[in-house]
Amino acid sequence: MPAMADETLFQLLHTQVVAAAYGAGRGSGDEGLRAGLTVLEGMGFRVGQGLAERLPQGALAFREELDTIKFLCRDLWGAVFGKQTDNLRTNHQGTYILQDNNFPFLTQMAWGQQYLEEAPKFLAFTCGLLRGTLSSLGIESSVTASVTSLPACKFQVVIQKA
Amino acid sequence: IPFSAAPLGARLPLALPPCSRPLPGSQRESSELFTLTYGALVTQLCKDYENDEDVNKQLDKMGYNIGVRLIEDFLARSNVGRCHDFRETADVIAKVAFKMYLGITPSITNWSPAGDEFSLILENNPLVDFVELPDNHSSLIYSNLLCGVLRGALEMVQMAVDVKFVQDTLKGDGVTEIRMRFIKRIEDNLPAGEE
Repeated sequence: MPAMADETLFQLLHTQVVAAAYGAGRGSGDEGLRAGLTVLEGMGFRVGQGLAERLPQGALAFREELDTIKFLCRDLWGAVFGKQTDNLRTNHQGTYILQDNNFPFLTQMAWGQQYLEEAPKFLAFTCGLLRGTLSSLGIESSVTASVTSLPACKFQVVIQKA
Repeated sequence: IPFSAAPLGARLPLALPPCSRPLPGSQRESSELFTLTYGALVTQLCKDYENDEDVNKQLDKMGYNIGVRLIEDFLARSNVGRCHDFRETADVIAKVAFKMYLGITPSITNWSPAGDEFSLILENNPLVDFVELPDNHSSLIYSNLLCGVLRGALEMVQMAVDVKFVQDTLKGDGVTEIRMRFIKRIEDNLPAGEE
């Protein structure tokens, strides 16, 4: 993956990306929350696609689906967050769970569980990023995220079988 | 479904070239991730706001929000002390701040006789890699976030400045030029906050 962004600057940009998704009249009520999440996921998707498209041809000719997922855990995470995911689990049937015990976009809001309901806003962009990267590598998927205890979170990748 | 751990193993010894389209003479330290994410943000704002002026305003405001927070990180990491005059400030912005965050070092030119205005010339603006401005957005100041960042960051060190793009390669100019004008020193410590 390309060199990582300056981490602080990228995190600050991400907070403004979240703000943009919840600006322009979206953002109140359940419907607004969902609309914002869709916008964030879409932005992440395009960024993931763009990143994957700029990788050299042939460098990512992974033989196994699992190798592609490992690429996300190591290299995509490395490029975006400067580290690897803490854990990867799979049922060997196309479902993968990527765990990050200290997810950078959540660390700023880790002061209390009362902010838990805000957490999805800080996960949606990354869900899209994973889905977009996979899509450009020829794998269609759906990606969801969940938080149990801030700032830890899990991303669940379900591969769509053709 | 029984899940089992899949050990990641060591990071692949990937020696991926940073960019499929190397730009001669430019440093590639600023990442495509940042550039692409910024592009997605601008695209979204263009969808959400009817005219370019409103998008420009949003970008400036978002930049300001970033700048007022970024300054703390900058001061902590750069070890730069208080600047004694605007010339020193210009040097720190071009040679330390731009280098640190975007991997480029703009040149400083066109000082006003009074020493209160200068231009930053960006030979390569990393924010506009892969970008082409569509015809129907001729008033869009694509990189306007940068003006807000500079304004916000300097406000936190008690300097009120006016920052604007006067040339832009996206609009066919040969270089990108940011004009900075010193307005005044802010006497009171204003509380940081979102605009």
